[in-house]
Amino acid sequence: MNPQSLPFERLKTLENFGHSLQAQSYLYRPTNVEQMNEVFKQAKQSGLTVALRGAGRSYNDAALNGGGIVMDIQDMNRIVEWNPETGLITCEPGVTLQKLWQHILPDGWWPPVVSGTMTTTLGGCLGMNIHGKNNFKMGTIGEQVVEFKALLPTGAEITCSPKLNGDLFHAMISGMGMLGVFTAITLQMKRVYSGMLNVHAWNVPNLESHIQALTENAPNNNYTVGWLDSTASGAGMGRGQLHTANYLPEGEDPNPKKTLQVAYQTLPATMFGVFPKSIIHYFMAPFMINPGVWLINTAKYIAGMREGHHPQSHAAFHFLLDYVPNWELAYGRSGLIQYQSFIPKETVREAWREILTLTQKRGLPSYLGVTKRHRPDKFLLSHAVDGFSLALDFKVTQGNRARLSALLQELDQIVLEAGGRFYFAKNSETSPETAKRYLGEETIERFKALKKRTDPNGLLESDLYRRVFGS
Amino acid sequence: MSNSRLTSQTPLKSYRRALLVGASSGIGAALAHQLAEKGYQVALLGRRLEMLEAICAEINQKHGQGQAIAFAHDVEDTEQVPALFGQIVKQLGGLDTIIYNAGILLPVTVTEFDTEKDLQMTQINYLGALAWLNPAAAYFQTLKTGQIVGIGSVAGDRGRVGAPAYNASKAALHTYLEALRNRLTRRGVHVLTVKPGFVATAMIKDSPRTLMVISPEAAAAGIYRAMQSHQQTVYVPFQWALLMQVIRHIPSFIFRRLSF
Repeated sequence: MNPQSLPFERLKTLENFGHSLQAQSYLYRPTNVEQMNEVFKQAKQSGLTVALRGAGRSYNDAALNGGGIVMDIQDMNRIVEWNPETGLITCEPGVTLQKLWQHILPDGWWPPVVSGTMTTTLGGCLGMNIHGKNNFKMGTIGEQVVEFKALLPTGAEITCSPKLNGDLFHAMISGMGMLGVFTAITLQMKRVYSGMLNVHAWNVPNLESHIQALTENAPNNNYTVGWLDSTASGAGMGRGQLHTANYLPEGEDPNPKKTLQVAYQTLPATMFGVFPKSIIHYFMAPFMINPGVWLINTAKYIAGMREGHHPQSHAAFHFLLDYVPNWELAYGRSGLIQYQSFIPKETVREAWREILTLTQKRGLPSYLGVTKRHRPDKFLLSHAVDGFSLALDFKVTQGNRARLSALLQELDQIVLEAGGRFYFAKNSETSPETAKRYLGEETIERFKALKKRTDPNGLLESDLYRRVFGS
Repeated sequence: MSNSRLTSQTPLKSYRRALLVGASSGIGAALAHQLAEKGYQVALLGRRLEMLEAICAEINQKHGQGQAIAFAHDVEDTEQVPALFGQIVKQLGGLDTIIYNAGILLPVTVTEFDTEKDLQMTQINYLGALAWLNPAAAYFQTLKTGQIVGIGSVAGDRGRVGAPAYNASKAALHTYLEALRNRLTRRGVHVLTVKPGFVATAMIKDSPRTLMVISPEAAAAGIYRAMQSHQQTVYVPFQWALLMQVIRHIPSFIFRRLSF
């Protein structure tokens, strides 16, 4: 068969979130289910594969498909139904977390699980089964899904809920967009009585106290997150800052009507009241070298020595990554990568110490470390453990690629030895062997068996899928 | 022809991808090794699949599996090109550079006029280049990036008694590449015309008179340098630039009397 080639006008170079990868693809932006189905038909006729893409906020190759088709679902962004009485909302997959919270907050609701950026789409959030700073209490976003509809590459449309097609429900959420494409998602929102959260921030002086603080606070607060100074060594290794945040109980906010307004939540447009935030990343760039980052981390730690309680809006607390637009550009031309590992509570102390020691010993300290407490979930390609996660940002340069690559392979071994797991929206260098070891061969086989059922022609493929599962 | 894909890149293991037409021997084979050495993934095309596969095997053994892939193709079969181009882009996972290196020299005596030979040289040296570089140009112009390299020849700079059709085919290629450059530079695409002198390949083994002969490896290194420094036209080795400057300015009344 002579495959029919696609028009070159469709070609586009797409990037990952960290600007560390580019891929050339035929880009399609369907606006309804029929057009989505049309893309699958085109793919079949042209002998190409299709990767799904939302806002393109994965740090790795999850939404890239070099030489193939990318189906961008961002134009399917209607809110289909919202019930401010029950808090149930049905959205198309291209609805972003931003659009979602701005739609429901004035009615006194908030999405129960959000990522660190609000530009992500619900389709992407479900595909990766994202978590927030309340993973230990609320689980992943998949646990908030009441029902979803999806289009399979075969053209079939299905409805899934925890009870209906439960196997597909638990595999499509977390399934990296490799089983089918979400067309409508129904989620349960959470009632809030104020646009503000009570935030508490304090320093933790070392690794032991850091882990202990996360352990003690995660069950007792609505949100708990840690910042870890990954440049600190010796007795101060693992030092950092903890943030907890809690919803205000009903009646505590004297003027909820005001604080629940979207305008009240908006992130300020300038920093220190002067600099437009759109240019801040230029000022950050010179500090993105080892001594500069040490300086910033140390200054941040010293500044945090004064324990603080303060009210903060939901948006300001959650969407730190959106605070400085294009912050990722500060990492320079080769961009950044993120390495996040999830380690059981029993082995976390030793593993984190080894990880931090090794990154410092190799002269490749992470520039930003974030810690969280997690609980396991029932989704098939789960990254969660009863334990902790440590997300490390690394700057990529022309000169450090090989060393960084070798370091990450070593870190993978530490994490695997500790019984840990990884997350498909973040790590960009996970090898098929590593994926097999933490997911288990049986899980991968189960996933592939489901894929055979929903996508018998193997139309759905991303660079990520080929990298970790083989094509 | 395998249907497998080459290894996808990651932020820490990034590849550039090159399609090399005419890669089974000579300059093409040397370029394949040179590019693989410099971190390219390569799709190698030629008529002689066994030779291509041997080169691929060598590259994949040296630089890791999934770095090189071979396709049997005769550039005279221009109808096959659009589909094959699409197939290669798919298997490479994108395209950054295309190099047209296919070329033949069919010797003729100074009194011989052989249309069959001349048409074949035109077909392989020039028409095949049109068939391959046109889709590549269309592909790159949409993406506003990419690199097109055509392997011409010093022989394309003048029409000589010894090789009229060969000279003309290479001159046509040079002019076509110049036009591509004028079209595509504004769209972010780099077009390089390479004019090698005598390179120790099968092509010149019967040539009676050769000078400044270099190895295919040396030619490949020179071509790679010109690709990196984004030159427009490069003579390989560079001494030919001086020599051809002189030759190009020999007036016709003298040139008509020369025997080479």
